[in-house]
Amino acid sequence: MSLRIVVTVKYVPDATGDRHFADDLTVDRDDVDGLLSELDEYAVEQALQISENSDDDVEITVLTVGPEDAKDALRKALSMGADKAIHVEDDDLHGTDAIGTSLVLAKAIEKAGYDLVISGLASTDGTMGVVPALLAERLGVPQVTLLSEVSVEGGTVKGRRDGDAASEQLEASLPAVVSVTDQSGEARYPSFKGIMAAKKKPVQSWDLSDLDLEAEEVGLEGAWTAVDSATERPARTAGTIVKDEGEGGKQLAEFLAGQKFI
Amino acid sequence: MAEVLVFVDHVDGAVRKPTLELLTLARRIGEPVAVALGPGAENTAAALAEHGATRVLTSDASEYADYLVVPKVDALQAAVAAVSPAAVLVPSSAEGKEIAARLALRIGSGIITDATDLEAGDEGPVATQSVFAASFTTKSRVSKGTPVITVKPNSAAVEAAPAAGAVEALAVTFSAQATGTKVTGRTPRESTGRPELTEAAIVVSGGRGVNGAENFAIIESLADSLGAAVGASRAAVDAGWYPHTNQVGQTGKSVSPQLYIANGISGAIQHRAGMQTSKTIVAVNKDAEAPIFDLVDYGVVGDLFDVVPQLTEEINTRKG
Repeated sequence: MSLRIVVTVKYVPDATGDRHFADDLTVDRDDVDGLLSELDEYAVEQALQISENSDDDVEITVLTVGPEDAKDALRKALSMGADKAIHVEDDDLHGTDAIGTSLVLAKAIEKAGYDLVISGLASTDGTMGVVPALLAERLGVPQVTLLSEVSVEGGTVKGRRDGDAASEQLEASLPAVVSVTDQSGEARYPSFKGIMAAKKKPVQSWDLSDLDLEAEEVGLEGAWTAVDSATERPARTAGTIVKDEGEGGKQLAEFLAGQKFI
Repeated sequence: MAEVLVFVDHVDGAVRKPTLELLTLARRIGEPVAVALGPGAENTAAALAEHGATRVLTSDASEYADYLVVPKVDALQAAVAAVSPAAVLVPSSAEGKEIAARLALRIGSGIITDATDLEAGDEGPVATQSVFAASFTTKSRVSKGTPVITVKPNSAAVEAAPAAGAVEALAVTFSAQATGTKVTGRTPRESTGRPELTEAAIVVSGGRGVNGAENFAIIESLADSLGAAVGASRAAVDAGWYPHTNQVGQTGKSVSPQLYIANGISGAIQHRAGMQTSKTIVAVNKDAEAPIFDLVDYGVVGDLFDVVPQLTEEINTRKG
């Protein structure tokens, strides 16, 4: 038996940098350093754990859609222990929305071949959290999403989904799409050996023609949503700051009463 | 006037507040038609009618509880086919966003998530979103198909607007995918008696400075004096002091209450991403240099173990 896992990852602008928009209202990627979206590290980690706990022959492929620099995100995942990588890169992809991204990912996943897709719960830039559900819909396979615990055995994926009202146990047959939360388990740091090994691992590059996609289906032109304006939020006016000299709690209560919260 | 579908979030017929907010927003762009699924769906009608639903489409089947997400997508798709709405509005819960996404793809429509406001525009509804840890505000539209938009809790004040609210059975045929993911067990979360975090008007949060699970009692007492929900920073959750379901921030929940009180929280960008849209922000922290003080309307530089109990006592005294 063999198990083919595809982990979808995203290269995102560093949240601690000064993120802003380009003139065409897409995310400006030039002025802020990028990195592997933190939430995707948990997806890579769970793929590695499934592999380590499996008697089957497991192959882990990391997949990303993004510009040239997105290779950095793939390298990070490879250095953690993934086996190979696929980079979908094409100038016509600039400005692709979530629906379009799910189309490109689904085509690439089908071309790569898979038994299990693992994603993070959301990217740390767009933070929509809809791509795993969209992938399941496009691929026509079960979605087993937002898992804080996941296991695969005998062609079945099981997991725990912690919602607001209840914690649910889920189960589905493979192939399936899984997404994992940051509660699924601390992601490992790449070892020096892992970093050296990653340099030798294969990274395939595909463009739109490799996926039988037309430029009109993706990019800003193909997007099903349009951003009309992006305005920087005005800086908050400086608030009142007091030092507690023994009456800090009472002073705060006075402020809250003045604002009608008490 | 065009009809607007509103997906109803309810627990056994009790409608949750974000749905009532959606009905208010829906009235700006058309006549709200509510879709309520699962046990107690018909019992939602009175509350929905009081807040503007002209019709309430209901469907109950074991599939909604026994399988994940897809049966609800099938039902909402049936409602779209029956109503031909001008837009579909869904509460921005984790499940709500998944339902909305799959629906949008099926009906060939674009999707906008986590809107914080909604208004009618010349080319369809215009959604306001808060992005990049609330450092930017964008206005967006769905440019293809029937707009599918998910809206964050606390995005509008609930307004009563009595309407007919006629209950009609919705005919749903489940798709082949509907039974793909089985729910094999369900453990209801124990109620704390406090408001739900994302819906609460006031949130009181604790962070690294709380320094231990047992000390969260101080935070809870303050929350209870204000009728507030309790939140926690990632540091506090990762340390095991408070449950993950209460985490506020980029990898937890995003809240925008009327009042947010941060205690012992430094205010790293990841935390700010989850609370920066709060209307009034208050912080208590020992470190005068903590970045959270850049955001506050009122801040107290001091030890939370002195300030918070004094504040709680003062509130309880004033409430008399």
